[in-house]
Amino acid sequence: MSALVPVPAAGKPERQGRRLTAYLLLLPGGLWLLLFFVVPIVSLLAASLYDPDGSIEAGFSMTWSWHNYVDALADYARPFGRSLWYALLTTAFCLLLGYPLAYAIAFKAGRWKNVMLALVIAPFFTSFLIRTLSWKMLLSDNGFVVDALKAVHILGSDGRLLATTAAVVTGLTYNFLPFMVLPLYASLEKIDHRLIEAGGDLFAGPFTTFRTVTLPLSMPGVVAGTLLTFIPAAGDYINAQLLGTPKQRMIGNDIQRLFAAGAYPTAAALSVTLMAAIVVLVLFYVRRSGTEELV
Amino acid sequence: MNLTGSSDLVLSGISKQFAGHRAVHQLDLTVPQGEFFALLGPSGCGKTTTLRMVAGLEEPTAGTISLGDQDITGLRPYKRPVNTVFQNYALFPHLDIFENVAFGLRRRGIKEVRQKVGEMLDLVELGAYGKRKPTQLSGGQQQRVALARALINRPQVLLLDEPLGALDLKLRRQMQIELKRIQTEVGITFVHVTHDQEEAMTMADTIAVMNAGVIEQLGSPAELYDLPATTFVANFLGQSNLVRATILGQADGSVVVDVHGGKITVPVPRCRVTEGDVWMGIRPEKVFLAPAGSEEEAGSNVLRSAVVTDVSYIGVSTQYLAKLPWGQELTVFEQNTGARAALKVGDSVDLHWQPSHTFVLDAAQDALAGVEDIADDAG
Ligand SMILES: Nc1ncnc2c1ncn2[C@@H]1O[C@H](COP(=O)(O)OP(=O)(O)O)[C@@H](O)[C@H]1O
Ligand SMILES: [Mg+2]
Repeated sequence: MSALVPVPAAGKPERQGRRLTAYLLLLPGGLWLLLFFVVPIVSLLAASLYDPDGSIEAGFSMTWSWHNYVDALADYARPFGRSLWYALLTTAFCLLLGYPLAYAIAFKAGRWKNVMLALVIAPFFTSFLIRTLSWKMLLSDNGFVVDALKAVHILGSDGRLLATTAAVVTGLTYNFLPFMVLPLYASLEKIDHRLIEAGGDLFAGPFTTFRTVTLPLSMPGVVAGTLLTFIPAAGDYINAQLLGTPKQRMIGNDIQRLFAAGAYPTAAALSVTLMAAIVVLVLFYVRRSGTEELV
Repeated sequence: MNLTGSSDLVLSGISKQFAGHRAVHQLDLTVPQGEFFALLGPSGCGKTTTLRMVAGLEEPTAGTISLGDQDITGLRPYKRPVNTVFQNYALFPHLDIFENVAFGLRRRGIKEVRQKVGEMLDLVELGAYGKRKPTQLSGGQQQRVALARALINRPQVLLLDEPLGALDLKLRRQMQIELKRIQTEVGITFVHVTHDQEEAMTMADTIAVMNAGVIEQLGSPAELYDLPATTFVANFLGQSNLVRATILGQADGSVVVDVHGGKITVPVPRCRVTEGDVWMGIRPEKVFLAPAGSEEEAGSNVLRSAVVTDVSYIGVSTQYLAKLPWGQELTVFEQNTGARAALKVGDSVDLHWQPSHTFVLDAAQDALAGVEDIADDAG
């Protein structure tokens, strides 16, 4: 922040003018954030400490009930852990699928580069919900995918795809894949080709060059991609709701249900906990991967 | 070191064709082991492409490359005992200087990395910089890291692609001396690509002058300068006066040439062609100017009745333009020894020089080949 605002200088009109410009530029975004980020966060934090016995009809009173957190965690530890686990799986699958794809687009696609990038973005032309609904149809018990898998005996006669953990993680992976591919592509594309040649010149075979040159140089993309995948996946509830059963319930489903049922304090406490958990994980992760030094 | 030359780098009939474009054509080249070899030519003549083929980064369309007894034409780059100092260094930005230099050793699983890297960094005078990242070094320091990173592997051949091109003039002169010192010290074959003729002349044992994908001439700097084989070499390496002439015949081991009515002799070995129309060539500093009609040394070549049209005083020397009766202006460099009063514009003069400084080239070649290229910058 301090880097954005020029150091105050006494009495120089020109400097003051520049300072004013800086503030004016910050103003719209600042107001927006204040209105739609700070205010809701504060009200969310407040709600998480309301009296848990209140209701929408009777209203909530602020009782600083820190206990809400203990209760919420005790009751919802399993969906909470499941959310983080599913998000982790999703991130891993997105990375496994997305890295080779981004690599191919960046280095091997030639004149097809733009077409392939457009295809990666293409799913965004329909809504998230519609796309997840189509997956529900695709994986449904009498859909052709299940029929085909049964025909070749990969799936038993009573086997199903829908309403399984695999279905939820597949849906999440599908939905968040572009968020992995795009930052990966951006950082791979930036790599100077001569560095890869230098690796080869210095006795590193293709795989070693990848491991010691290409991969480390693409780490900013890996970090950005995993964050952009992990964070929304951990909070997602659409995929669990449409492709899973209550057994695949994620924390987002519970938060959504609790809010709908008017149990604001518990819902808010869960939301805050999820947010805090993600922030801590992300900070730890970014530290560990040491990407501050790159770029 | 090996006196039988069993580790010579030999390129035979090497060609490289890019889509619709011939970058290198039928190149034959032998680089003796342990030599400082310069590949000199204007930007775009195919120097980098040639070097990349030796490194294995580009596949030749035709021909073979061998190192000693080993044919390396099809060998992957990481299997060649050859290392490269890249044109813009290509240092790994994610590794510190120590790890950049250690890279090749680690890939080959060589022991005592710490000691070897330390020694190498000392050799390039960067001992204290091991922990820094490449971006924290100046251009000259990065250049030395690139050199250390390649040299530490003790390659049989070190390839350097315009290694000094990105440095300013002063640093470049300094690094030329430094590079030469290091090469002498390690005794590894250096193939140094440059478009700077002065750089090639000061550093190399042997220079191959390259133009439009072919080698025009190969030899020591003095040989190339003294007896250029083509008009391109005559103009690209230093400056030359080329005058249209016709060969009349031979006498006493010399060729007699008619230059617009004047008779001039040239020793037969200094003539690329010995009959018909030719270019008669002479370097500007080999020509003496004398007041018209004065006595010349016996046996000198003389062109009479010229007029001084331009005098540029440079301090240590003076550069004259002398116009000959047929309208051509020749350049003459004269040291300001004070032996004779300076000439003025309009003075009538005779030009004379030793037959043994004269050379004769094929008239089919363009007299201006290589002249315009000198102004070109890095490529
Ligand atoms: N990868 C390539 N594809 C097509 N043409 C190329 C390629 N690399 C080099 N060339 C062409 O080959 C010629 C020689 O290039 P280069 O070897 O880089 O010259 P130099 O290093 O002497 O300046 C140039 O005309 C250049 O445009
Ligand atoms: Mg080049």
